Amino acid sequence: MTMGGMVQNLTESLATMLDAPLADAVVFGFHIDGHFLLETLLVVAIAFLLLQKSYQPQKRPLTEQEVDQLCEEWVPEPLHPPITKEMEYNPPVLESAAGPRTVVNGKSVINLSSTNYLGLIGNSKIKEACNAALEKYGVGSCGPRGFYGTIDVHLDLEAKIAQFLGTPDTILYSYGLATASSAIPAFCKRGDLIIADEGVSWGIQNGLLLSRSTIKYFKHNDISSLEKRLEEVFQEDQRKRKALNRRFIVVEAIYQNSGLMAPLDEIVRLKEKYRFRIFVDESNSIGIFGKNGRGLFEHLNIPVEKIDIIIAAMGNALASVGGFCSGSSKVVDHQRLSGAGYCFSASLPPFLASASIAAVEIIQQDRERQKMLQENVAFLRRNLSEIPGLTLGSDPLSPLVYLYLAKSSGSFAGDNAILQKIVDQMLEKSVLLTLKKRSVLDKCKLPTGIRIAVSASHEKSDLLAVSLSLKEVVQSILSS
Amino acid sequence: MATVPYFVVLTTYFSYGLLFVIGHLRDFFRSLFYKDRSTAEGYAPLCRDFEDFYTRRLYHRIQDCFNRPIASAPDAWIEVIGRVSRDNNQTLYRTYQNQRCLNLSSYNYLGFAASDEYCTPRVMESLETFSPSTCSTRIDCGTTVIHQELEEMVARFVGKPAAMVYGMGFATNSTTLPALIGKGGLIISDSLNHSSIVAGARGSGAKVQVFQHNTPSHLEQVLREAIAEGQPRTRRPWKKIIVVVEGIYSMEGELCRLSEIVSVTQKYKAYIYLDEAHSIGAIGKTGRGVCEHDGVDPAKIDVMMGTFTKSFGSCGGYIAGSKELITYLKHVSPGHIYATSMSPPAVQQVISALKVILGEDGSDRGARKLAQVRENSNYFRQELRRMGCEVLGDENSPVMPFMLYNPAKIPAFSRECLKRNVAVVTVGFPATPLLLARARVCISASHTKEDLDLGLEVISEVSDMAHLKYFPQMESFSKVKSV
Repeated sequence: MTMGGMVQNLTESLATMLDAPLADAVVFGFHIDGHFLLETLLVVAIAFLLLQKSYQPQKRPLTEQEVDQLCEEWVPEPLHPPITKEMEYNPPVLESAAGPRTVVNGKSVINLSSTNYLGLIGNSKIKEACNAALEKYGVGSCGPRGFYGTIDVHLDLEAKIAQFLGTPDTILYSYGLATASSAIPAFCKRGDLIIADEGVSWGIQNGLLLSRSTIKYFKHNDISSLEKRLEEVFQEDQRKRKALNRRFIVVEAIYQNSGLMAPLDEIVRLKEKYRFRIFVDESNSIGIFGKNGRGLFEHLNIPVEKIDIIIAAMGNALASVGGFCSGSSKVVDHQRLSGAGYCFSASLPPFLASASIAAVEIIQQDRERQKMLQENVAFLRRNLSEIPGLTLGSDPLSPLVYLYLAKSSGSFAGDNAILQKIVDQMLEKSVLLTLKKRSVLDKCKLPTGIRIAVSASHEKSDLLAVSLSLKEVVQSILSS
Repeated sequence: MATVPYFVVLTTYFSYGLLFVIGHLRDFFRSLFYKDRSTAEGYAPLCRDFEDFYTRRLYHRIQDCFNRPIASAPDAWIEVIGRVSRDNNQTLYRTYQNQRCLNLSSYNYLGFAASDEYCTPRVMESLETFSPSTCSTRIDCGTTVIHQELEEMVARFVGKPAAMVYGMGFATNSTTLPALIGKGGLIISDSLNHSSIVAGARGSGAKVQVFQHNTPSHLEQVLREAIAEGQPRTRRPWKKIIVVVEGIYSMEGELCRLSEIVSVTQKYKAYIYLDEAHSIGAIGKTGRGVCEHDGVDPAKIDVMMGTFTKSFGSCGGYIAGSKELITYLKHVSPGHIYATSMSPPAVQQVISALKVILGEDGSDRGARKLAQVRENSNYFRQELRRMGCEVLGDENSPVMPFMLYNPAKIPAFSRECLKRNVAVVTVGFPATPLLLARARVCISASHTKEDLDLGLEVISEVSDMAHLKYFPQMESFSKVKSV
């Protein structure tokens, strides 16, 4: 007998067995057989199970005593890690203005660390403007722009910068560092996309973080890497039809962290191809590049309308403090309500606005400073190019000149220690140099180096002296 | 905060409802007849729809009440620059016709905003020596002798072993918090803390929880729960917890209940970060802020933060704490390492103002200023209360908001006051909750009794027009005024 036959036999005999005692039972004209009985039982069982409370482990909230004990036992980490030798850094203390020559420890030194590119520190016109403003307005503005902290010089400066750059409008921030970290989150929100250079400065990194947008990085100043990233986004768009989001490319004209120059014309071409907007930080190029000193976009003959958002710090070539963001009137107006560092901070002290107005006027009138700066950069680079043990970084036109160790010790800290020795010895030889310092919060992983900020007001003889003593010092330190 | 009357709730919601309906109606017709060409094909609009709508249909209607430019120092009296619009308030143009107004809006608590006999000559001297900027960060060549002097002085003033200064108050918070705490840490923040604290907390990567505004009992509850539960998902204990509070809440005028909060944080081993942006210089017998006012030993406060923009009439901010904390922050804080150092003349202004406050200028001007701001504030607050206005905030606080509620009262109050030559700040949504639009008065030591009486008279008159006297007027008000 087959297996199937056996099973059939078994069920049949089971059915007869069940049916037998009730064979004749009819209730309300309904014939009750074993089948019905079984089904009823099943329904009852299911109903019983359904009506049962599902199993839940009993929740017992912590008692007050238990919470007390947990609080008692909790040991927080100290507010800050233990202080190491490396943290105890004492920067040089200046006894005079940070001009091309300054006084440290009562000694006159050649200063190559101030980003006073156009030599406007100590300029008498700027000082005059400041004095007049101090007398009229006092020092602080005692309020944010919204609440009677808008002084006429702020409006004048905004108009001046807009006119200088050729943009429709400009908005001022009271601090350079807060400019990018307010302007980026004003436009980019969760769900938006930003493609940024991996070498951007901390202010921009902070802005990217605060925006909560999706961030993709491309290799430092590498146009093909940028194109690859853009292509990836394009491919993904083809696969998934998503709602249009805001997209930005974020770059610096001259990178604070490397002195390299962004190929802005190429980037603009790509951003148009892939329909991105572009955000450019011109902090180290404004007043320095272009026929009229407007910045890198002018130098590369890019119409200013093609740059959606320009920001710059005024603490470099303009020899003031603060920052601004320039662009279409929509870009600017929107920030007046959503730029956190604009709405919720006291406005720029009026005398610093006056200083910036004077500085822009000088840049517009006096083209010589720009030429002098370029000459000085070229002169210094020529003299620094043949120091054994050091390699020259940065773009040939950049006023920020980086010198790297030709043979890295392998770590940032190790390199820093060697370079710090060089810097210290240079100070003994009356030259003030600085190292690139990096906060542990900074995600930029570019190598460390000596950072030289060239100024139009540096004397050639001083620059020559610097390169000669640097050669000596480097030789003595690297050979030991 | 007092409970909002039902009638006011109803009318306020109705006003906003009406504004939204009309706005959308206008947008509908706009979409029929006007094609927006500002956004190019293939790009997402630059601003979010709601933000755009809010700006066009609500903010633009009353934008003349904000960002009013002035052409003078933000002293007791200011020159407000006239503005006109030829396109229904879309754009405003300066008219160059100035209007001399009583200033009840600047944070000029001690009256150091205008040029000062002691401070200004010294500031100009430092300008001559150091120029307006160092064009450098503090660690490169942006530290001058006066930066050092100021740091020592601030530490001495607030009663901490060490201090460091930043060039901007906002950046002080937004760059210090990320240096102190990160992933695995917890920031417990007062629900009404300033935007800079929010930015710092968000930038730090730590988890953020809020406790009910100025309520130590709720803080305790939040702390207990947080410690008992540990980090979300991983359940590991928190690395550390920082409680962030402000000395004076600038939109509420309230003083921090510091001593109670400190006893809670000490009990639960949380660190406390105190932002004295508005309170330093303005509160306490010798101007040393809420610690002095509340009798809390500064040693109990782990991180003391404050700004120089308000009482000292300058710009920038400071962090004060233990020597080790400051050494660590100087090594890590991006505001110290990457930002242009504080402008030397601004540094000198703070040094000079501090010397006046401490009486080191050889006069009692500082003490008189401190007494004056307290006296002025209490007088003004008391009179506003008597008038029947719903005034927020505590005794001794120079910041006193009072409620407007209905959105239409924001421009009404602001414009009518300006017509009568009084400059007052009005604030509405989104800076405050939808229902709680308010006006705010900031009192200065440089206000004379006549100034204050004039201000009160105008506010009373306008409040009558706008029905702002939510409480019955006390009979004594008119009497006191006539005395």
